[in-house]
Amino acid sequence: MPTQTERTAPLNRGALGVPELRVPHRRSTVVRPRLRAGVFGLAGLALLGLVWELYKTVGPADGVVLGGVTVLPRTTDLAMPHLAVMFERLFEPVTGAASALPLWQAVLAGSLFTLGIAAVGWLVGVTVGLALALLMQRLRLAESAILPWIILSQTVPLIAIAPLVRRWGAQLQFGEFTWESWMSVALIASYLAFFPVSIGALRGLGSPDANHVDLMRCYAVGWWKILWRLRLPASVGYLLPALRLAAVSAVVGSVVAEVSIGLRGGIGRLIVEYAGAAGGDPGKPWAPIFGSILVGLVAAGFVGLIGLFLRRFRRGEVST
Amino acid sequence: MKHRINWLGTVGAITAVGALVLSGCSTASDTPSPDAAGELTPITLQLQWVAQAQFAGYYAAVDQGFYEDEGLDVTIVEGGPDIVPQDVLAAGDVDYAISWVPKVLGSIEQGANITNVAQIFERSATTQISFKDQGIETAADLAGKNVGSWGFGNEWELFAGMQQADVALDDISLIQQAFDMNAFLSGDIDAAQAMTYNEYAQVLETVNPDTNELYQPDELNVIDWNDEGTAMLQDAIWANADQLESDADYAANTVKFIKASIKGWIYAGTNPEEAAAIVTAAGSSLGQSHQLWMTNEVSKLIFPSENGVGLIDDAAWANTVDIALNTKNETGATIITTEPPATAYSNEYVQQALDELTADGVDVKGADWTPTEVTLNEGGN
Repeated sequence: MPTQTERTAPLNRGALGVPELRVPHRRSTVVRPRLRAGVFGLAGLALLGLVWELYKTVGPADGVVLGGVTVLPRTTDLAMPHLAVMFERLFEPVTGAASALPLWQAVLAGSLFTLGIAAVGWLVGVTVGLALALLMQRLRLAESAILPWIILSQTVPLIAIAPLVRRWGAQLQFGEFTWESWMSVALIASYLAFFPVSIGALRGLGSPDANHVDLMRCYAVGWWKILWRLRLPASVGYLLPALRLAAVSAVVGSVVAEVSIGLRGGIGRLIVEYAGAAGGDPGKPWAPIFGSILVGLVAAGFVGLIGLFLRRFRRGEVST
Repeated sequence: MKHRINWLGTVGAITAVGALVLSGCSTASDTPSPDAAGELTPITLQLQWVAQAQFAGYYAAVDQGFYEDEGLDVTIVEGGPDIVPQDVLAAGDVDYAISWVPKVLGSIEQGANITNVAQIFERSATTQISFKDQGIETAADLAGKNVGSWGFGNEWELFAGMQQADVALDDISLIQQAFDMNAFLSGDIDAAQAMTYNEYAQVLETVNPDTNELYQPDELNVIDWNDEGTAMLQDAIWANADQLESDADYAANTVKFIKASIKGWIYAGTNPEEAAAIVTAAGSSLGQSHQLWMTNEVSKLIFPSENGVGLIDDAAWANTVDIALNTKNETGATIITTEPPATAYSNEYVQQALDELTADGVDVKGADWTPTEVTLNEGGN
């Protein structure tokens, strides 16, 4: 009778497509598309800036109004400050106070704070999402019971639940542990983040060919081993886009929840506080918007790093 | 097996570090200062917005140790766009809350059992501002104009003023106003809602493209609801009515809390520069001149005080309730449909606080108080 390892050994190669099945890339063909993507990314950014300035120069001051509806915004300095104004503003102090930091520094600090909360939310969301996907994959009954609720969960208006979550949280206390407001924000971020993960992972876990699964079963391999050897590697292509989506959702959820409950320290709070300066200091309210873009990019980039580590499993990645 | 142990160790370490960070965060704010005699009673105060000079008195009372002198360790909880202070208070999450009377009256009718224990702002700060060329000097002139309002309970003084001047809601086009004054500055709104201490200043911090100088007060018309007679009572200290009834310590602390808060407001009124700096140090990122302007303007809402800071004027209360009962919004609804219960306000605690302060030789009316002159800079900086 063959041992356990002998039984599963041939499967490692054939069914899972581990390295030797992968078409080997020459180094240059790997690097060049990445470089090109970077160049295109920067070019896109420059184009966006160019369009902004161009429209500001040639567009009508009162905006383009069709049938009483404004389709394109005003081009006044109030509505569309010059890019130079926004960037110069970043290097001036936040306020006239002697102790005031340069604006970029305050926004960077806010960005880091929000990034931290979004990361916690992402981790919780990914954990919950994966757990739900595993449960649904394991039990058909669970899938029928849970999946509609998962989809329904995303129709709840976030703004409505943010203050509620904070209030429920405030009533929690276990010994030394007290619920802090930032945890409510992280919870809301995770609420948005778990959704794409659970759906993506469920599809990914179900993606191996039926004959591969059957083969595993022929060898009398248990559910856990099929999961580890077959389903998880096969799900990577589905999981990575889901994780990226979750990362961006976590950032959006964090910022929105921060705005909603006015949590001090994050980008959301800066958006609320700087909004009042829109008239007298038009460059200022844009700073936290740049900050939130930065946080989103870093979060997406982080998932890109995860993708690098899992690159041997990334065959035929699907985009969701 | 070795792997699993390592893994457990890592998780343990992370948990321990996390716990340390968390406990560090909480103890830093909870620790009473060592020079206080005896144990301080922890008290939480829920604001209706983020830290800004609108709440200068409370921040000053914390900073100057007025609460500590009364044996209270006060933690100020900031609000936010979706935080409803009276709901947080009614849910028992905080001890006191700051909110406007008309907003709370609705909550009380829906079952929130809370009491106005001190009416800190005697006057209303809500105005409707417009550029001179619009010729809007009274509520009657609003007819046919684009009128801005933030809604969410901030619209009632405007509606009451219009109703009094026989301007129907159909006669104006009501425009939802944002946090900034851009819609007003670009002409989308003819008459915009503005708090004297905030949005009015935001306009005066903006450069007029025609003159290349900041907008000046003489370029603006201001409809002041205090003058029109439809002002409603604004920032008040609210306490939990059930707890006032059942908990003698809470009732005693309420007097202490009001007493120290009034001292804080007197400090802010007489030391606006210092009070503005205290609020900025407490985490407000408003510009320096804007913060000082706000400190000065909220003091104008308090001082000089007719009967003593915080004492609820029966006539002003009755007027607010009357407007709340009889002013209809765009859907035909009123704030409340029946008179509020007797527990909705009480002068018992503030009167005791005022008596104690007067006995200590504190001038609780500020009859000789004069505002300072604040020069606003561009962008409020």
